Amino acid sequence: MSLEVDVDHARGSFHLSARFSAAPGLTALFGRSGSGKTTLVDIVGGLIRPDRGKIAVDGQVLVDSACGLFVPKHRRRIGYVFQESRLFPHLSVRSNLLYGRWFAGDGGAAADLASVVELLGIAPLLERRPESLSGGEKQRVAIGRALLAHPRLVLMDEPLASLDEARRAEILPYIERLRDEAGVPILYVSHSVAEVARLATTVVILTEGQVTAVGPVADILSLADSGDAGGVLDAVVARHDEAFQLSVLATAAGELQVPRLGAPVGAPVRAYIRARDVMLSLRPPEEISALNVLAGRIVAITPSANGAQADVRLDCNGAALTARLTAKSVQRLALAPGRPVYAVIKSVSFERS
Amino acid sequence: MTPEEWTAVRLSLLVATTATAASLPFGIAVAWLLARGRFWGKSLLDTLVHLPLILPPVVTGYLLLISFGKRGPIGAFLDEQFGIVFSFRWTGAALACAVMGFPLLVRAIRLSIEAVDTRLESAAGTLGAHPLLVFATITLPLCLPGVIAGAILCFAKSMGEFGATITFVSNIPGDTQTLPSLIYTLTQIPGGDAGAMRLTLVSIAISMVALLGSELLARRIGVRQMAA
Repeated sequence: MSLEVDVDHARGSFHLSARFSAAPGLTALFGRSGSGKTTLVDIVGGLIRPDRGKIAVDGQVLVDSACGLFVPKHRRRIGYVFQESRLFPHLSVRSNLLYGRWFAGDGGAAADLASVVELLGIAPLLERRPESLSGGEKQRVAIGRALLAHPRLVLMDEPLASLDEARRAEILPYIERLRDEAGVPILYVSHSVAEVARLATTVVILTEGQVTAVGPVADILSLADSGDAGGVLDAVVARHDEAFQLSVLATAAGELQVPRLGAPVGAPVRAYIRARDVMLSLRPPEEISALNVLAGRIVAITPSANGAQADVRLDCNGAALTARLTAKSVQRLALAPGRPVYAVIKSVSFERS
Repeated sequence: MTPEEWTAVRLSLLVATTATAASLPFGIAVAWLLARGRFWGKSLLDTLVHLPLILPPVVTGYLLLISFGKRGPIGAFLDEQFGIVFSFRWTGAALACAVMGFPLLVRAIRLSIEAVDTRLESAAGTLGAHPLLVFATITLPLCLPGVIAGAILCFAKSMGEFGATITFVSNIPGDTQTLPSLIYTLTQIPGGDAGAMRLTLVSIAISMVALLGSELLARRIGVRQMAA
């Protein structure tokens, strides 16, 4: 599948101008609130008609202002999971799930009720009414409802925004399974770095209505204009160290020791390392408490706006990592692109997301 | 009760039921237009719908008489083309009641449509439902209590309608003599008091049942909106 977007839309003084194409998998639309993320997905979903532009899914043109083409939302076959679940209050969970199937007809992704119910773990909820569900349960049903309409693309507009930490942790694995098992491409809106780092294949960064960066998650997230910048490492659980309640992750950059994970040995995971948790050393540190030391080479140094800090991007054997240092440290160590360094990361700085 | 009184009660029930049933589809359509439509002349339509509520009923009846009467432009056309006659028939009484009840019907339905979350409707759209099906499967079921409440108000109004009916179709026993018309007649003749009182009690009973039904449904709407 491919999603091609090239639209301009003005709403009052706000101007959205977005051009990007999304690869298969989960594409995260990332940006601060008010950057136009929801407007953009509403345009893709057919809820807003853009002033100008073109949108195509799998080569089929849905919007083309040049020839006045606008496919209405009910004929787009694009599933939409809203921030508030928007379940129909007068229908049972089962009828909500099957609502889109009345209209879907044949073809499309062969998602049937039993497999979707199994995927999302909502079998016990089927006969209940939406008002009796918890926030997390509502969102899972909303995801299932969108899937059962046989969409060729699923839009998710901050589906976890209205949920607390625990409910988020409950849903994230289901979205991961959706990405990996259901084979339906997803356009996912979020302003949470942790969510994007964990879920995204491709990231599109939106800043004040403009697309400022597009690319694979590991390349883009370190560039994100965010207080929470960092690097993403793809990893596999190598083994668990039960004695110390640690898990060892194998990454391209080397082994990482993190607090004990629930994932089994061999499971793919992602480690998101915040720039402010990374320390740099010119020599391999000895007799130091931090368990993780990764060798790398400086790629670039980006000073912060006021010049007091700098983000130092590293290439650790192909994996990108970012360290946030004071300008003073950069000068004291005479850091410069090309210089080999050692990144030091405390194991306790890792948090579960 | 005398046979004459029974006839009037039966006729009133027939007139009110017909008026309510016939105006319901139009009422829903107009209420939807007023609640969700954006078009030129919307406030004009709103005013027109509410006019019978504000005009003296006799004026409404007279307007019906000169337009839907045998020699009126609409009445003559309907008679020639379709053989439909309103003047001095029970159908005319039903028309007068429908016109008088229409503002109440539209008002109740409009309010309940406005209370339906449009975000649910757009969600149904993204699931593949055509706008008409969205209305049938989401909007209508969610505003159904309001539709029923509006229909009950319209029915109650039709049971009591007097001014417009008597002006338009007169007061012919067996044809256009509805319950209020007969009460009026009985109060005008010596010894009619007992009959007027009996019919008054019947009238109060019917109105009470209608109001209670409407009240119960209004409560159910409240409950549902809280839950949603």
